[in-house]
Amino acid sequence: MTPFLQENVVFREVYCFLGGNEGNASWCGGDGLLPGGFEWAAYFAAGFVIMFILVNAALLGAAVFVWSERRLLARFQARRGPNRWGPWGIFQPIADLLKLIIKEDIVPNAADRLAFTLVPIIMLMALLLSLAVMPFARNTYLVNLNVGILYIIAVSSMSTIAIFMAGWSSANKYAMFGAMRGVAMLISYEIPLVLSLVGVVLIVGSMSLVSVVEAQTVPFLLVQPLGALVFMLGISAELNRTPFDILEAESEIIAGYHTEYSGIKFALIQAAEMAGVLAASGFLATIFMGGWSGPFWSGQLGAFWFLVKLAGFVMLFIWIRATFPRLRIDQIMAFAWKFLLPLALINFLVTAVQVYFFGFYQGDVPGELTRNELWIMAAINIPVALIAIGIFGRFSREKVRVPEPVFQNIAPSPRTMEVD
Amino acid sequence: MYGFGLAKGLMVTLKNFIRPPFTIQYPEERIPQHPRFRGEEFAWYEERCTGCASCAKYCPLGIIKIVTSEGGRSPQEGGHYDIDVFDIDIGRCMFCGLCVEACPYDALFMGSGFERGRYERQDLVITVDELREAVKKPSTWFRPQLEDSGYDPHKDSALDWRAVGREKWEWHQREKAGARIKFRPARVGDKTQEGDGEARS
Amino acid sequence: MAIRTEPVTINIGPQHPSTHGVLRLRVTFDGEVIVDVEPVFGYLHRGSEKLAEERNYVQVLTLTDRLDYVASMTNNQAYCIAVEKMLGVEAPLRGQYLRVLAAELQRAASHLVATGFLLQDLGALATPLMYCFRFREKILDLFEMLCGARITVSYMRPGGVFSDAPPDFWPALDDLMQEAPHLIQELEQLLMKNEIVLVRTKNVGVLSAESAIASSVSGPVLRASGVAWDWRKMDPYDIYDRLEFDVPVGERGDNYDRFRVRIEEVKQSLRIVEQCRDEIHPGPVRADVDAEAIDLVLERRGEAEKPLAEGPVRAELPFVLRPPAGAEAYGRVEAPKGELAFYLVSDGSIAPYRCKIRSPSLINLTVLRELLVGWKLADMIVTLGSIDINMGEVDR
Repeated sequence: MTPFLQENVVFREVYCFLGGNEGNASWCGGDGLLPGGFEWAAYFAAGFVIMFILVNAALLGAAVFVWSERRLLARFQARRGPNRWGPWGIFQPIADLLKLIIKEDIVPNAADRLAFTLVPIIMLMALLLSLAVMPFARNTYLVNLNVGILYIIAVSSMSTIAIFMAGWSSANKYAMFGAMRGVAMLISYEIPLVLSLVGVVLIVGSMSLVSVVEAQTVPFLLVQPLGALVFMLGISAELNRTPFDILEAESEIIAGYHTEYSGIKFALIQAAEMAGVLAASGFLATIFMGGWSGPFWSGQLGAFWFLVKLAGFVMLFIWIRATFPRLRIDQIMAFAWKFLLPLALINFLVTAVQVYFFGFYQGDVPGELTRNELWIMAAINIPVALIAIGIFGRFSREKVRVPEPVFQNIAPSPRTMEVD
Repeated sequence: MYGFGLAKGLMVTLKNFIRPPFTIQYPEERIPQHPRFRGEEFAWYEERCTGCASCAKYCPLGIIKIVTSEGGRSPQEGGHYDIDVFDIDIGRCMFCGLCVEACPYDALFMGSGFERGRYERQDLVITVDELREAVKKPSTWFRPQLEDSGYDPHKDSALDWRAVGREKWEWHQREKAGARIKFRPARVGDKTQEGDGEARS
Repeated sequence: MAIRTEPVTINIGPQHPSTHGVLRLRVTFDGEVIVDVEPVFGYLHRGSEKLAEERNYVQVLTLTDRLDYVASMTNNQAYCIAVEKMLGVEAPLRGQYLRVLAAELQRAASHLVATGFLLQDLGALATPLMYCFRFREKILDLFEMLCGARITVSYMRPGGVFSDAPPDFWPALDDLMQEAPHLIQELEQLLMKNEIVLVRTKNVGVLSAESAIASSVSGPVLRASGVAWDWRKMDPYDIYDRLEFDVPVGERGDNYDRFRVRIEEVKQSLRIVEQCRDEIHPGPVRADVDAEAIDLVLERRGEAEKPLAEGPVRAELPFVLRPPAGAEAYGRVEAPKGELAFYLVSDGSIAPYRCKIRSPSLINLTVLRELLVGWKLADMIVTLGSIDINMGEVDR
């Protein structure tokens, strides 16, 4: 029994109920339902219960998010949004899902069937795996990984592979366009995304998300404004949200990499995308807004505070989506490399100096930065952030050069009106 | 500073977020239609129709089909034709209203409906029986006499054939300030001759 | 070692979210960069010019509604002007005022649609589109008051308009005129200084004044290139010579300028509408003609039309018109999308012998290749949106 599983309330209770303390589990009193020698069954059952809860919560959360996004977008656009199914149209995503499930599941003739089928699974899997380390409330998480932040980034990058698989296996030029854009963009945005979290790791001294939450006597949004900004922009690029939604730019390449998907596969891809926004908001809330800690009753109301913060970030994502047009691919790349990367590096540098100055690693004992020290850091970092944005935010002023045609000497495409 | 325009845009959308929506819930609510609205529930007054088929002639699409037979008196003596068929193929109609404009006897009017979804195309043809039985709430399109009386097909009750004619036409003031044409009252058939006296005035 | 790549040809359209109808673009890409563009059209061909030869002069009017279906009023106006030239009649003053008023409202509506869809092509998820349509709906409500229809209006007739505006039109117009500046200001706040819009549209799709003139584009596309050419000023029809308005002109001829010129033209249109509203005075709205002088068939009211009065009789233009044989006319207006013209030839019958439509969208579309080669896929969509074509007019 790995120790960190004991920390999980649900797992522990289910395991104890079934398996008891047969396996010398000191954290569990009394006998279990199952006879001795069946600890593996208890282990399996406990794991299954957790998986079941998490997967359903994620999918249900995605459904609620779809509904709330459609409603809120409609309100931003001075419309009403779906309001027919159930009160305020809350069952609309269920109806959509039913419709998608009973639709024919089309696989194009020329498609690579295996890769085509694997895509929705990988996308959803990457998302669900990343939820494993999220602390939903105090002592409510699946695992308290000591490399939690690294784990999130590693797991969520898998969706890049899924996107490329989707584009390649669909045998569709639009899908291929979307996939190529996606690979170029997502890999570029990984770098500032990772670097933006280094500052947080330096301050906390641990990559565990639980430690991150506990270290936030001052919200890191104030202590790490640049980091938060870069993470926010980077994650919205990773999620294909406007203004970075070139992967599935509807007006340009129909639906991008999932042009050919229909039925339940499309539903799964959509669920993964939508739940991805929720997960990203959750991580933003955890890393930069203090997660489940609130102004009062953090222990009892932890889940409530967490949800409030998550909803705030979700609202922000929707608001941005409702307002902004999208950028072009080269502008997006320039944004990542010329704007976000320098900002992330500045943030890294400034934070490193500050942490060193405040004697964080004195005597090789990871200490805690006091509240006052964090406030001082915030007071320094906010002006630094504004200045840095002012300096590096000139990319839009940069004169756009008229590109030269690449194939000057190519034969023009046939100009006759042949039947095709 | 960079990003200022973006922030302004966010403020605009936020302002609209707070405002009430401008869309309406269609089947329950409806936008107010103007009395001039050109809709599909044609109002046709058989009493006024002589079967001249001007409407059929002037329809740009040729979707009005009229078949007449001789009525009680000969047309030369001022009688009228019996209308046997008066089909309007709404499925192809584009609601330009030229048939109404062409009607010399104020017998055909546009209606104000727009909900005629049907499962089969032939159900889209308005037949003469439907026209006879329909609740006649004519649109005021191209009928200044109705406009002058302030008729609103959405609020007021259905109109009788005596009430819609041009006999009582008080000239549409602004439109007719320069026109000096006199009109003879429209002819009507025998059957309705008796009650016609005051309507002609 | 360089990786060998080869260009990809994609058919964008005829079924594509942002080809504004059923335009098909055969585009050759090198990666994301456009190497060659070839517009292929004809998917919405309905033979309007041929159909016109089968219908009488008023019936043809209903065909013109369906050319540029977001700007029916100006189509009507161009056609009516052509017929009036053939007949040698002129619409009465109030009729002309009403025509100009309706046409300018239509111009505002059309430009709002163009702006909304340009932003939609930029990827703004329908928010500016909804704001534009919210404004346009109010204009369409006015059209419904004028003529009972919102899109396919058939409001004008040769010799004026079919009927005067109803009394409740004028208060509604006042309401709109009061509300309009706020709506436009809101749109400008949302878009004009938006960095993403700027970076996407500025210096993209530049059309120089020389090539704009050489390829005979017209309308906002020409004016954005810096050529102050507007038929309302150059060859004033109806009452435009009595009105005061400016012709907005762009500087570089890029997408931003085209977008900007449209917004400015909306403001100028509203200015014209305001002047029309203030200056209009009572009178007839449809031309009277001497019933004896022109060989008119007074078929519209049948026998009832026989005059009872003594002396010279003047009548409204009848339903069936017969211009003299051999008469021909070129009626030209500045439509929202450019110079829209109808060339009509009469053989003395009730239907035109020939009806040629000079549609601005088709001619503006011819510069597409010049604007696009060397740019990226995303720019192509935006440039196409900024040219503002309408397939109903391109294919006729």
